[in-house]
Amino acid sequence: MTDAVEISDLHVTIAGSHVLQGVSFNVPSGSVTALLGRNGVGKTTTLRAILGLVASSGRIRVLGDDVSGWPTHRVVRLGIGYVPEDRDVFSALTVEQNLRLAEVGSVANYDDIFALFPELKTRARQRAGTLSGGQQQMLSIARALLNHRPLLLIDEPSKGLAPKIVSEFANVLERAAAHSTVLLVEQNLSVVKRLAQRVVVLDHGEVVHRGAVSDLDDPTLVRQLLGVAGAA
Amino acid sequence: MRWRPGVGLSVGAVFLVLFIVLPFIGLHVPWVLPGTLDIVNSTGTLEVLALCFLFAGVAVGYDLMFGYTGLMSLGPVLYFAVGTYVFDIALTRWEWPLFSALLLTFAVSLALAIVLGAIALRVQGIAFAMVTLAFAQAFYFLVESNPHNLTAGDTGLSLSYTRLPSFLSGAVSNTRNLYWIALGFLLIAYLIVWLVTESVTGHVFVAIRDNELRLDVLGVRPFRFKMVSFVVSSLIATGGGIVYILVIGTAVPSVVASTTVTLSILIMVVLGGAGLRWGAVVGAMVYVYLQQYLDKVGAEPSFARLPAVLRVPLSEPQFLLGAIFVLFVFFAPGGIAGIVVRRRLHRASATTLLSVFKKS
Amino acid sequence: MNIFLVLTFSGVALGAIYFLAASGLSLIYGLMDVLNFAHGLFMTLGAYAGYEFATRLPSSWGAPTRVILAIIGATVVGALVAGITELILIRPLYGKPISQILITIGLDLAVVGLLMGGFGSTALQIPVPLWLIEPTHIGGLFLPNANFLAIGAGVIVLVGLELFLARTRYGIIIRAGVENREMVRALGIDVGRAFTLVFVVGGAMAGLAGVLYTIVFSGDLVSPSQGDGLLIFAFIVVVIGGLGSIRGSAVAALVVALLQQYTTFYIGGHSGWAQIGDLSTVLLLAVVLELRPRGLFGRVA
Repeated sequence: MTDAVEISDLHVTIAGSHVLQGVSFNVPSGSVTALLGRNGVGKTTTLRAILGLVASSGRIRVLGDDVSGWPTHRVVRLGIGYVPEDRDVFSALTVEQNLRLAEVGSVANYDDIFALFPELKTRARQRAGTLSGGQQQMLSIARALLNHRPLLLIDEPSKGLAPKIVSEFANVLERAAAHSTVLLVEQNLSVVKRLAQRVVVLDHGEVVHRGAVSDLDDPTLVRQLLGVAGAA
Repeated sequence: MRWRPGVGLSVGAVFLVLFIVLPFIGLHVPWVLPGTLDIVNSTGTLEVLALCFLFAGVAVGYDLMFGYTGLMSLGPVLYFAVGTYVFDIALTRWEWPLFSALLLTFAVSLALAIVLGAIALRVQGIAFAMVTLAFAQAFYFLVESNPHNLTAGDTGLSLSYTRLPSFLSGAVSNTRNLYWIALGFLLIAYLIVWLVTESVTGHVFVAIRDNELRLDVLGVRPFRFKMVSFVVSSLIATGGGIVYILVIGTAVPSVVASTTVTLSILIMVVLGGAGLRWGAVVGAMVYVYLQQYLDKVGAEPSFARLPAVLRVPLSEPQFLLGAIFVLFVFFAPGGIAGIVVRRRLHRASATTLLSVFKKS
Repeated sequence: MNIFLVLTFSGVALGAIYFLAASGLSLIYGLMDVLNFAHGLFMTLGAYAGYEFATRLPSSWGAPTRVILAIIGATVVGALVAGITELILIRPLYGKPISQILITIGLDLAVVGLLMGGFGSTALQIPVPLWLIEPTHIGGLFLPNANFLAIGAGVIVLVGLELFLARTRYGIIIRAGVENREMVRALGIDVGRAFTLVFVVGGAMAGLAGVLYTIVFSGDLVSPSQGDGLLIFAFIVVVIGGLGSIRGSAVAALVVALLQQYTTFYIGGHSGWAQIGDLSTVLLLAVVLELRPRGLFGRVA
């Protein structure tokens, strides 16, 4: 089976800064792969490059297609659900309208979503800008899960959220991962250890480690790669 | 043509010498010249060239602000019109001597540039463009309303030559002198811009254009530099306005103070190539020359015989120039300079143009 | 007091026209980051289209029918020209906002030049039914009927636009895009279609504004530079109201128009400064920008 994502020699320059310097890695289909690294190494940029939100050189294959140079909406239509780092819900629109925008065709699975996130159902008519941080994140994730998508790109879903909510999200993502391939950017190592099978570590715009999630059980390696002493 | 530092200077020097001696050349050159007579140093030709020079000066001054500092002002016509009207009023209505009139004009321009510039520069990007546009429109409204019967409104205020030294007055006998004055103005404007852009201040301008945030973080205060750029550019525009009234002799609001002038200046700079000094000069000269030339061509008797579908578009310089500009924006955003020098400079001016609007 | 009421009424009518012109500009800028200088052109072409419709339709149809068709025609022409402009000139320059702005400037200059050459200084007058020129007598006041027309059009468009933006899918896409264009794309939506739609809607409203202005405030006389004259006030309204906000445009349009009317009469009439009304709008803009740079309802930029 082809890998869900194949990245080969990816270079990205932003405002004169060479952010990604030849990144190469694959995301096996059906797996959860975690993209790790300190702040500012280029994790979010990698996701954005896959989506075509930033200009890049090198080769990117998504779900079997070479997407180099494709406009973003075309790449996404291959079947990608995207949960951006800052949630990026449309604050002027209601919860319901935010979800409506994420519909693809006429097959939208609202029942499942509202079962997962009952709060979104009760607040369906509320303006997204008035939701709490956690609720906005719920909305952002719900948006990506509304239709079945073979590939999920998720950027730091636990950022700024209380541990209890993080745990709930981890449950949701675990269930989603059963049906989709997931590329997860995450700093919270306990979430990573719970969800991921594989890890790719970036530093200064390059891949410095590829391996299994069990590699993270080695504290020396973790400290060397990420500068943190371990979980949570 | 490969770009080497010496080439530009030599080409410029050749043209400069040519322009200085041009009033002595009495050759008959058919087809090309904009005046009514096809003689190189005829009054008509000299007048058009004088216009070319003065607008070239204004354009290079505008380029300092737009191309180098990245400030898209939509109000340069304000300072141009101040130059024209204040000078005209001082000489014609109040009969001041030449030197005093000049002093007053530049003083008013300086005061306005500082006050209005300080207000406008509080905001960035589109808002900045809008404020400058609004101020320029306000001045247009002002002169059109003929306050205290100073500006003569739409009738036009003719320059009275009584207080001017004799070598400046007289449309026919002294067109030559006015021609040289316009050329002199262009030289001074170009020199000022050259000095500023080559200095440390000039480099800060470019830094502001390309990455103002970084500068701010480094502790440099962009506001002051932007003010300098704005004020210098505006004063140059005022100088252009003064030369204009000397050359043309009448100030009419719709010609001197309207937004069309601003848009023309913008087109001149983009057409020639922004951020390159000589680009603005070339763009302005081509634009003004074409405008006058097309006006003359449109009045040719043989034109009347063309079918209306062809005749109307071809006899309207504004249409042709607008269309040419559209083509340039599409196919050659680096302007004429970009075409002439290709690769390196093309990318530079394209980047210049793009970075102007990266911040908002 | 009577004069004040009449002034207010015509101020509201003028405000309605400003709203029509400004809301399109505001949406276009809000969604696409394009400062559309050709908007003045759309208004002028709307006025000319209105003239052509009103004069070329058979006079047996009667003046009222012809005027109504002229107004509809102006709206359609505005929409068409704007749509074609977006498809041919704006879309290919995608990703280059300055180039897009510059090209609208070039287009405006070129076509206005063409109009000047083609129609020149001949004063073209739209034939209108008598009742449009006449006033209605209400409670001791004589209110010009044409003003009712403008206000009616403004209200209809405002309601229609709000409904469109709130209820329809494209309306939601546009509102989302004004807030965060990138995220809309990341949801798999092709914003390009929204761009064209916004230009078409903006152009329709501009055409309508142009022909209405001619009828209500310009003595039914059409001229090539009319749209550009209106455009400056549309810009002022857009900035005061806040870029990208329809509600902002509506409120700002009323404020600017009323200010203009009152100042022109109360101050301009006395001191002989005819243009003080126009000047005051610029002053208002300066004040608003000083105190609240993003405008009344603008998004944080």
